[in-house]
Amino acid sequence: MAEEVILLDFWPSLFGMRARVALREKGVEFDMREEDLSNKSPLLLNMNPVHKKIPVLIHNGKPVCESLIMVQYIDETWGPESPLLPSDPHERARAKFWADYVDKKIYPALRTTVGEAEETAKKEYIECLKVLEGELGDKDYFGGERFGYVDVSLIPFYSWFYTLETLANFSIREECPKLVAWAKRCLQRESVAKSLPDQYKLNDFILSSRRSISLNK
Amino acid sequence: MADEVILLDFWTSPFGKRVMIALREKGVEFDTREEDLSNKSPLLLKMNPVHKQIPVLIHNGKPICESLVIVQYIDETWGPESPLLPSDPYERARARFWADYVDKKIYWAARSAWVLTGEAQEAANKEFIESLKVLEGELGDKAYFGGERFGYVDVSLIPFSTCFHALETLGNYSIVEECPKVVAWVKQCMQRESVAKSLPDQHKLYDHFVARKKEHQAQ
Repeated sequence: MAEEVILLDFWPSLFGMRARVALREKGVEFDMREEDLSNKSPLLLNMNPVHKKIPVLIHNGKPVCESLIMVQYIDETWGPESPLLPSDPHERARAKFWADYVDKKIYPALRTTVGEAEETAKKEYIECLKVLEGELGDKDYFGGERFGYVDVSLIPFYSWFYTLETLANFSIREECPKLVAWAKRCLQRESVAKSLPDQYKLNDFILSSRRSISLNK
Repeated sequence: MADEVILLDFWTSPFGKRVMIALREKGVEFDTREEDLSNKSPLLLKMNPVHKQIPVLIHNGKPICESLVIVQYIDETWGPESPLLPSDPYERARARFWADYVDKKIYWAARSAWVLTGEAQEAANKEFIESLKVLEGELGDKAYFGGERFGYVDVSLIPFSTCFHALETLGNYSIVEECPKVVAWVKQCMQRESVAKSLPDQHKLYDHFVARKKEHQAQ
């Protein structure tokens, strides 16, 4: 039976981008369906009745929700020869810890900075990026030599760099040069280049909806 | 070489109890070290420099942080014959979804219901009960969230049952009336040695929360 893989998504969603990257890394053919978040489809409400949010991955009719859970599901279901998570339990725990850090720290700081563009929010955002830069160090990717789970969880945030720098008036390259180099390295991967929206198009979108930023996970 | 397993914890933390239950389910010998959260130990600050929070599991000198990450680590490291997570990827994703729901909804609603006052507190109480009802719906008539075996979602939620007495007393409602299946599930889980040994007494916990609340208000 041919596989049916549908991704319910919204093009600016950082969390949707994670799923897109992971699916493309694994070479999975999927049908991306754009949701109108002001008028959610019956399919979305049926597939994610608990949170009613995108992204939702529907694999042969069964839904998987929450972006990091989805990425792990994708990793466990397809392409075992190119795993996103390491095989060693301690390294796996480390990868999960850092992806969780992105969700707990980077995302809220991003929302506050964009929503209010005030100094303390910006400072917090930069501090969090610096912690990540420290963790990356001189490695090519967060897991070492191979693109993996933490990279997937964080790279979507690169598409927001231009907007943040403009709104909050700072240079991410100056603050976190290794992170910017890492992002450029990730963008050379087809899975990433195809999955992240153009940062100028995204900038226009963010500015026009800044007062009511409610990017669904 | 014998395994050295240390858990940095604080007795009231439901997150620390997840780890304790998981370790006991797997029959792992461990050493619990109680932290003073107003005076964190050098070991805690060294092992969790990013968040500086408990619980932290230290396995042969290497730290693992964040309770659900720790529980998954425990599941992958010990007792493969008694897994906490299912083997099927879809069922695993489902289990992870519900544990994530507990973190996103139950913890925050419970905390808010306790610390807030007035209308905000009423809203938090409502949110807590609504969230518990969603979980009751998911549990249905099963013995445990995963079916017949105690597992990952049960581990993630059961520690919050120690707050039930405090929350229903403060909020003036009855959890057994609102969510009888969840209450029955709690009783079932409490029959497991791993759970009974790990969870603090809910009356002791209530007294502690009340005392802390008074202190906080006095400040």
